[in-house]
Amino acid sequence: MSAIPIGKRRRGGKPPLSDKTRAERKLAFMLCAPAVFAMLLVTAYPIGYAIVLSVQKLDLRFPDEGGFVGLSNYKTVLTSPLWWQGVGNTALIAVISVAIELVIGMGLALVMHRAIFGRGLVRTAVLIPYGIVTVVGAFAWFFAFDPSSGFVDHLGIWSPDKAWFGSHGSSLAVIIMAEVWKTTPFMALLLLAGLATIDEGLYEAARVDGATAWQRFSRITLPLLKPALLVALLFRTLDAFRVFDSIFVMTRGSENTESVSIIGYDQLISRLNLGLGSAVSVLIFVLVLLIAFIFVKLLGTSSPVGQGER
Amino acid sequence: MRRGAIVGLGLLAAMALALSACGDDGSGNARVTLKWFIFNEPSGAPQKIADRCSAQSHGAYDIRFEYLPSQADQQREQLVRRLGAEDSSLDLIGMDVVWTGEFANAGWIRPVPAATAAAVSKDVFPSVLKTATFKGRLYTVPIWSNTQLLWYRKDRAPTPPKTWEQMLAMAAKIGPAKGRFQVQANRYEGLVVLVNQLIESAGTAVLSGPTQVELAKPQTERALQVLGELSHSPEAAANLTTSTEDTARLAFEGGNSTFMINYPYVYPSAKADVPAIFKVLGAAKLPQVDADKPSKPPIGGINIGVSAYSKHPAEAFAAARCLVKPQNQIEVAQLGGLPPVRSDLYDRPQIEKTYPGFANLIRSSIEDAAPRPSISPAYQDLSLAIQEALHPTTGIDPKNVGPTYDRLHDYVEKAVKREGLL
Repeated sequence: MSAIPIGKRRRGGKPPLSDKTRAERKLAFMLCAPAVFAMLLVTAYPIGYAIVLSVQKLDLRFPDEGGFVGLSNYKTVLTSPLWWQGVGNTALIAVISVAIELVIGMGLALVMHRAIFGRGLVRTAVLIPYGIVTVVGAFAWFFAFDPSSGFVDHLGIWSPDKAWFGSHGSSLAVIIMAEVWKTTPFMALLLLAGLATIDEGLYEAARVDGATAWQRFSRITLPLLKPALLVALLFRTLDAFRVFDSIFVMTRGSENTESVSIIGYDQLISRLNLGLGSAVSVLIFVLVLLIAFIFVKLLGTSSPVGQGER
Repeated sequence: MRRGAIVGLGLLAAMALALSACGDDGSGNARVTLKWFIFNEPSGAPQKIADRCSAQSHGAYDIRFEYLPSQADQQREQLVRRLGAEDSSLDLIGMDVVWTGEFANAGWIRPVPAATAAAVSKDVFPSVLKTATFKGRLYTVPIWSNTQLLWYRKDRAPTPPKTWEQMLAMAAKIGPAKGRFQVQANRYEGLVVLVNQLIESAGTAVLSGPTQVELAKPQTERALQVLGELSHSPEAAANLTTSTEDTARLAFEGGNSTFMINYPYVYPSAKADVPAIFKVLGAAKLPQVDADKPSKPPIGGINIGVSAYSKHPAEAFAAARCLVKPQNQIEVAQLGGLPPVRSDLYDRPQIEKTYPGFANLIRSSIEDAAPRPSISPAYQDLSLAIQEALHPTTGIDPKNVGPTYDRLHDYVEKAVKREGLL
């Protein structure tokens, strides 16, 4: 809260700082320094190194090669149909899974918020999928749908030897289901936190005025939940964009189900082509930045507090 | 500060000296532990022969195992990660026959010293030695081989077919209820095995040198035509495009198939699982593409490499030399059913007992075998490119293979130059 008055004062010219303020600032810097240093070490250095690698011809299998090649690695990636297939797959998985999660998560959040008895039990039960390691969850879904081991083909709804991982569409569908199952609880939890901040008095007043349940939801809950909603969407979209484990376990990228992370893994780990792989990583980083930027822009204009200040 | 650092360094150096002095004292009769990175071969044969070699080394070395996953591409992934990081904990490496070019070119494995090379190549099939050699030097020590045969049911096909087209005709006569044939055409290394043997049997090759594409047009198109005919046959397996060695084996044991291309492990498996089918199970040489050219069966198996980052290369090569002794090769064949790499061993009664009636067939198959293009240091890229160009094989039109040929040639060319994403 104090940040706003300081900012306002600055705009009008720089008033001299008191000794106390200066000492406090120094202390603040010193307290932050270790964290900043650690951040630089663990994030800035690898990111910088990836950028350096991405403009080189570097393949661990060919130790005699090497050298600066400019943007040719980026050109290779951006002109490859495989990359765009991967971007398409990743975007599809992210959009569909986040949309489904939002709807189910909202429902679960409302249930958890309104639950009168067994609140702890409901919350724990909802959270279980989120507590399971992604790879383990992915294997569970894989074995459930695999024709040789799964129960899904014996439900009597479709042919008993339907090969779910034998075609593009059905593979992606199973991957999306696993993602939704795994991360809906996270969405629900964030939305529940948002619901808890809404003043009960508003609902009572609306009820007195004769508002229906739908009107109360759409006129009170949704607008006031918007900031929490956007934060939840941002987290989940960024998360979904990095989808890797489920695909790695279930299809290993066959039937053109590669996500951008799988493509990066294949270049870096399987082919040891550090130059090309780093270019893929940097491009993924840029895409993630882009998504974050768009969401932050949305966040800035949508929070009721923010609008008041502007 | 600075003086303190110098004193500290001096102390460290003194301690290091003292420690290394201790090491020197002990090393006169200390056993070296050699770590052998290999997949866990289910019969336990490698462990048995490793224990015997450790015992026979008179205290020179002790072989310990570090197990890799059972799938070849996962094994490779773990190994190259370690080798790329110059990990010194690997001494012996159980290498798939197609990794030699890549590992040797990257400098991850040591060339076999001349004296050892002469000893371990004695009586070994030339085709097997080809998989162990890179740019004229022996880089790995072959320990066991493998090849595919044509397995068929004598009750439905009294004489085995000579060519693929004969096989298709015989299958068509029997009909899809009982006359199916099993191959491996999923998008994985097994498809490369199938494609390579067809191309080689047609009389050409994928590569003529580490970076030179061969793929002569008429012969390659003929091979692709056969692959297309196989894929469109009504007697092809329903799961052809996702078929592997094991789905083929299980389908054959299910009873609806008359023919199967597979490794010899299906023989003991049929004996245990389906005695009725086992009684009528026959083995023959892999079918030919053309009636006038012999078939070129595929070759698999394991070669032992010695890591370039190993601290005990002399002991490691001594161990490798011991592991491939005739007695040990015979034991691996007896326990695990894995064919020896020495051609002279196929006359021994133990081998004839392991492969009753078809030991000579395995010998002649390995003799005629054509390795996959593993002379390429970018074999991994090449393999992925072939898979991407031809999978699913049902997409090949046997009456018009031109477009498929162009696609294959283009992908292989790009892979050899290591262009593009894969």
